[in-house]
Amino acid sequence: MTFGRGLRPLSIASAVLITGAFALVFFYAPNDADQGFVQKIFYLHVPLAIVALCGFVAGGIYGILYLRSNDRAHDLRSYVAIHISLIFAVGALITGSIWARASWGHWWVWDEPTLVSFLIVFLLYACYQPLRFSIEDPERQARYASVFAIVAGVFVPLNFMAVRLAESLAHPRVLSTTGGAMPGDMRMTFLVSLVGMACLYVTLWKYELAAKSASIQLRSLRRRLAGDEGLAPLQRSAAPQQL
Amino acid sequence: MPALPLGDAGPYVAAAYLVFLALVLIYVAIMATKLGRVEKEISELAEIVERRERERETAPEEQRV
Repeated sequence: MTFGRGLRPLSIASAVLITGAFALVFFYAPNDADQGFVQKIFYLHVPLAIVALCGFVAGGIYGILYLRSNDRAHDLRSYVAIHISLIFAVGALITGSIWARASWGHWWVWDEPTLVSFLIVFLLYACYQPLRFSIEDPERQARYASVFAIVAGVFVPLNFMAVRLAESLAHPRVLSTTGGAMPGDMRMTFLVSLVGMACLYVTLWKYELAAKSASIQLRSLRRRLAGDEGLAPLQRSAAPQQL
Repeated sequence: MPALPLGDAGPYVAAAYLVFLALVLIYVAIMATKLGRVEKEISELAEIVERRERERETAPEEQRV
């Protein structure tokens, strides 16, 4: 199975889009009238958070596909999607903290539903890797991890909707069905940033899939070399070990 | 809170973008190291497997002679 197909054009597209987005952020988008220059963090923080949450949901979708088909490749896709999303979520939390410090004077605000709910989602998914690692049998590991990914994946949009319904004055709402309060040039910059971030996510996802697949093939070759009698036992790992 | 002046806001904005850059670079560096190691080992192992299979194919003929 080849996971690395199309990686080169995707990498180029990601580099172009991210560079273009940052150029738009600093040379095209105007400074926010209320927050000033510090609002530039918005174009990084929000796409990171949105893409991370979408990645968590994608992990759940691949979990469903695994349970339906029993195809290990879907388990690997789910695992990698959640892994990359966790990295993006770390980025969203750190950049959000920096923005909060600059705007509100605090690194973290505990009575703000958006922040706390994102932290809960992050901590929930932080349990995913230990869960996988705790199960030795690869079949059970993949099955339980898929169930976790599905349940947690359903929780993400429910959590998002619950937070949107809870009105808050602290966390700004600039993206809404009524158009929000973002002017056209800011909106365009934000959309390019969002597409660039999504493209980067897919690139890293495929990149890691290719790396994991190569690692699994290597293990399979090692087992072939060890012969039928002297098969080396598989080391326990959170990552899928078979395809 | 009132908007921060450019001089005060600049370090925060720079820090946020540097965090992103650092995360991506660290990730890519780790993955590149792993991928390079794995690819090298795969090619070595594939060569050994092919050599063994060739030896297995030629061995019975030699025994018959």
